[in-house]
Amino acid sequence: MSDYVLEMRGITKSFPGVRALDGVDFGLKSGETHVIMGENGAGKSTFIKIITGVHTSDNGEIYLYGKKVNIRNPKDSLDLGIAAIYQHSTGYPHLSVTENIFLGHEKISKRTKTIQWNRMHNEAEEYLKSLGADIDPRVQLGALSVAQQQIVEIAKALSTNAKIIIMDEPTAALTRRESEQLYKIVDQLKEKGTSVIFISHRFEDMFRVADRVTVLRDGKYIGTWNRDEINANDIIVAMVGREISQIFPPKKAVIGEELFRVENLSKTGYFKDISFSVHRGEIVGLTGLVGAGRSEVCQALFGIISYDSGAVYLEGKEIKVTSPLQAMELGIGYLPEDRQQQGLILNWEIVKNITLPTLEQYSNRGWINPEREAKAAEEYSKKLNVKANSVYTPVSSLSGGNQQKVIIAKLLSAELKVIILDEPTKGVDVGAKVAIYEIINSLAEQGYGIILVSSEMPEILGMCDKIVVMREGRITAVFDGKEATSEKILEASMSTKKE
Amino acid sequence: MTRESKSVTLSGKSITRFRELGLLVFIVILSVSVQLRNPEFLTFENINDMLTNTAILSILAVGMMMIIITRGIDLSIGSSLALAGMVSALTVSKYQNLSPFAAILIGIIVGLGCGVINGLLISKGGVFPIITTLGMMNAYRGLTYIISGGRWVSAHQMPAAFKAIATGKILGINNLVFISIVIYIIFYYFLNYTRTGRKIYAVGSNPESAKVSGINNERILFMVYAVMGALAGLAGVLWVSKYASAQGDTASGYEMNVIAACVLGGVSIDGGSGKVPGVLLGALLFGMLENALPMINVSPFWQKALQGVIILIAVIVNVLVKRSVDRKNLMGRKL
Repeated sequence: MSDYVLEMRGITKSFPGVRALDGVDFGLKSGETHVIMGENGAGKSTFIKIITGVHTSDNGEIYLYGKKVNIRNPKDSLDLGIAAIYQHSTGYPHLSVTENIFLGHEKISKRTKTIQWNRMHNEAEEYLKSLGADIDPRVQLGALSVAQQQIVEIAKALSTNAKIIIMDEPTAALTRRESEQLYKIVDQLKEKGTSVIFISHRFEDMFRVADRVTVLRDGKYIGTWNRDEINANDIIVAMVGREISQIFPPKKAVIGEELFRVENLSKTGYFKDISFSVHRGEIVGLTGLVGAGRSEVCQALFGIISYDSGAVYLEGKEIKVTSPLQAMELGIGYLPEDRQQQGLILNWEIVKNITLPTLEQYSNRGWINPEREAKAAEEYSKKLNVKANSVYTPVSSLSGGNQQKVIIAKLLSAELKVIILDEPTKGVDVGAKVAIYEIINSLAEQGYGIILVSSEMPEILGMCDKIVVMREGRITAVFDGKEATSEKILEASMSTKKE
Repeated sequence: MTRESKSVTLSGKSITRFRELGLLVFIVILSVSVQLRNPEFLTFENINDMLTNTAILSILAVGMMMIIITRGIDLSIGSSLALAGMVSALTVSKYQNLSPFAAILIGIIVGLGCGVINGLLISKGGVFPIITTLGMMNAYRGLTYIISGGRWVSAHQMPAAFKAIATGKILGINNLVFISIVIYIIFYYFLNYTRTGRKIYAVGSNPESAKVSGINNERILFMVYAVMGALAGLAGVLWVSKYASAQGDTASGYEMNVIAACVLGGVSIDGGSGKVPGVLLGALLFGMLENALPMINVSPFWQKALQGVIILIAVIVNVLVKRSVDRKNLMGRKL
């Protein structure tokens, strides 16, 4: 008799051409929070999909409370009391919170066979309250924030009496404060005896919520540790299989003359009096909490949104950017935060994605020259070490890190002076992060001016020569990269007192 | 590296050819079964007839495909076709000595005008394509009645040279078929090998990403509607010449046939995908159905219903074949 709620032994799953999971063992104790870590492509998602019945394993056994079970489809998994919550809500935005919570198991009056709305609203409210959330169950799901929608999903899991809740990268889309609230909810679930499987990239999550940690690498089980037995460095070693003595490679770029200057840029309701400058070879960090207006400033500098007042200077000349096309012609490039929505055309090949912004270079009087196009794409893929069979591979089949490299290649093919990178390492695994940092450093060495937007403190501290902190649409502090500390940045980015 | 990438290009090309395989198989099966019931079907004359009758549909289908690729739709083409046809018919009935080329040019200009209005409303005005073209469908139709005063322009009012547009031959091929072949060649190269063609697919596949990549989405949208209008105008002249009559209700509802031909040809209503050869096959299959059903003595009452059912079956067969080809490709993928 094992003390595991859920035990999995020797789980193996192959897809055509790839072994996604190879003999993975896993044990979940009652009432524990078990964090699964691993690089992208380590098999975390496949593993979860086997528990939730989206995939069935080729080999291996699953035991629930010591009894062998067969999970063939998502319904089996739900019936066994397993619920999953994803990074982005999978609910129905146009239905009310109550409807979302009770979807599929509505409360029906025995006598009249109609839905008991009041009872459902009341119970929904109770579930939400028990999670410490103040959400009106009558509003539409779509009107809630990402964090609130996740809480609704957790309430839904509770309403189905789920004993095991799986959270797949739940904090990826949350602000720091929202993450903190989620941690509290996870603690509450633990008190109630619910077991939680928590998938994450972030060490912060791991140290905050985990009882135990399991690391997967290349579809193989590496090990399970208690939280206090292991530190961040050990986990990195376990995840990437090699020691990363230094995540942030040394920067050799020489900072040159001023290249780009923003003066008193304002847009009502978004940002006000934004002023900073970027020199050649300099990496300027733009940080602050999510919602501080960083992305909006960048989008205004790239012409995606307009600004009301202020001036922008490039190489000493005032410019007025009105469209992305014009920004690129002037020499400003932008790597969007949402790489799948804004950065790439997912079903297109690598080559077509890379050349899209600069088709002029590969064509004669409007006619595209496919050979020239492919040659350039191959050159950039090689330079940035994009891992793919060929440049004709669709980008949808690449990992997050490689997709990001393709977007950077898009920028490099244009003749740029200033490159704005909006969260370039978001959702990218540790190994690929290092590769992207190396690319950023080499861009600086080549004399580009770089604006790096990031929420990740270590990234900002490790990479930037100058750090601009924003809060509620204004710049609250500017630090020299050497003097900045995480405390100083945090203090500047959070409103400590109400004026 | 080069050898590897070459092999991938080759297999990439064979997929696209395979992608229309389902449709091709369906066309062959249909022709064989019709042929068994009526040996007249696959004669040179009937095939020639069929192609002539399909030419106008196929011309319109290329334009519609471009619009659907950009996630739009144009419901007004039946009306702009009628308007362009009517204007050119009225002109030639008044100026009997007008060259047929001038008549065609007039039609194209009128159609282009209609397309430009649609394009401006959609790209600059930001009105949904289905709303814009639904409204303009009625507006252009009404205009057709107004300028004709509700009267027809019939065969005896048209000069022989005008009627000869549809009956004449170039290099032994009927003019209509010849024009449509030329248009297909132009658009095949336009969509696959030019910058603008590439941008049309980009705007349809992911408008946001296209914008961030420095593409002027509005200009592309404007362009596809304008081109559609010009093609509809051309089709209007050809139509009026072919049937030797211009009426207020010419080609009423014809846009639906054009959309059906596109869907048959594998153009995804979600946008972003659609190929010129596919649309050609789609239009041909549609034309075949129109021709084949009467030939095997299906009662006129049943023809429409049967046509609809066969279209659905063809779409399903095509999707199934595509899926299995895609799956085979995935299986063969080296990781």
